[in-house]
Amino acid sequence: MSPLKASEAQLFYANLLNKLTLFGFLVLIITFLIYVSGIIGSYVPLGQVSYFWTKSSHHYLENANIQPGWAWLAHLNYADFLVYVPITILAGVTMVCYLGVIFKFLKTKEYILVVIAILEVIVLAAAASGLLKTGGH
Amino acid sequence: MGNRPTYFKRAALVFVLLAAFALWLWIMGGTALGAANPGGQGSSLPWWAWVLILFVMTFVMGIVAVLGGVGGGVIFVPIVSGFFPFHLDFVRCAGLLVALSGALSAGPGLLRVGMADLRLALPTALIASTASIVGALMGLALPANVVQVSLGITILGIVAIMLLAKKSEYPEVREMDNMAKMLGIYGAYTDFSTHQEVQWKVHRTPIGFGLFIIIGVMAGMFGLGAGWANVPVLNLLMGAPLKVSVATSKFLLSITDTSAAWIYINSGAMLPLIVVPSLIGVMLGSWVGVPILTRTKPTIIRYIVIGLLLFAGARALLKGFGI
Repeated sequence: MSPLKASEAQLFYANLLNKLTLFGFLVLIITFLIYVSGIIGSYVPLGQVSYFWTKSSHHYLENANIQPGWAWLAHLNYADFLVYVPITILAGVTMVCYLGVIFKFLKTKEYILVVIAILEVIVLAAAASGLLKTGGH
Repeated sequence: MGNRPTYFKRAALVFVLLAAFALWLWIMGGTALGAANPGGQGSSLPWWAWVLILFVMTFVMGIVAVLGGVGGGVIFVPIVSGFFPFHLDFVRCAGLLVALSGALSAGPGLLRVGMADLRLALPTALIASTASIVGALMGLALPANVVQVSLGITILGIVAIMLLAKKSEYPEVREMDNMAKMLGIYGAYTDFSTHQEVQWKVHRTPIGFGLFIIIGVMAGMFGLGAGWANVPVLNLLMGAPLKVSVATSKFLLSITDTSAAWIYINSGAMLPLIVVPSLIGVMLGSWVGVPILTRTKPTIIRYIVIGLLLFAGARALLKGFGI
């Protein structure tokens, strides 16, 4: 058994994760400042958010007339939906890192890890797709 | 002594940020917009006051989490759902994103030094992240009071684990099981406290993987993160060294919480006004907490965290029963 410190794949994953996370946080701060400063109008005005935060997310979508899933992409002219961009980046970082690391495992012929990584990407893509939902309560 | 200037610089920067945020909230609160919109049903405070309190609370939580050696999510969800007017859906989504952000920030460093191990994380993450999707869907489908009661019971269970579970710095693993051999789950890292190279391997892999199904479901359902459960399974059951277990668990959250977070985001549970201040608050708190860590007694802080969780768990139970 050869000692294995951080492998090439692990270092690649770490570096990519670091860059994407920093980028995500930077965009998060910028978009949140835009949101709270009121430079761009919000779909749900700041003062009305408190009406919705006491009730379920299902109630929020229905009463604010917001479509679930990725429909927010069509409303990026509103500041509250603009904040979805960095959140999506942060939630998507892992998927991108996995896609990258698959090629590293292919290079080192670690096929079991390739299969696991592909399965993980499928799971994350299914979760992100917006196709998995419940009826709400 | 080298920590002192760093600590004061960080404290000063955080103070400026806090002051700027408080000033903005105060200005907003002074407008007709702020005055006309109270903080929600059953609350006499205006909305902006809740956001300010949330920011300050999460900042303190960030410090306490670092000092107590727990993730942000596990104290965030019970405390915020118990004491703030926000619906549990929004709190769980924010809790997952708080835990996710902490894991994303810590992940690169832990991977680079070989503490977090990709080979150990990949299969466990696949199981836990799949299960966390199921947990998130269940959490959104069940009535809020049922989830709240279950959350209370879970938090009290976590308190029991924290009080009773022992830790083993270097567990003895005589022989790797077949699954661990097949997946190549072994490694080595340099322990900087002893300057020794530590080689490790794992056993009881199938049972450990089975437990990650339960951990994933709970993480997704309650938005808790799952370090409190990951570490005992990796360390005590599978035999990974404590440092590898803690680091791999932290990194694992970046994958497990991602899948559950997507379910909540796509279900409309992501309110920027709750998520972003919480996220920044916990991150800044962790940032300030690290230098303080060198001057405090971890045991005392650990008991404070346990006390907080006990209180928050009881509160969640009572809230679930409508008391």
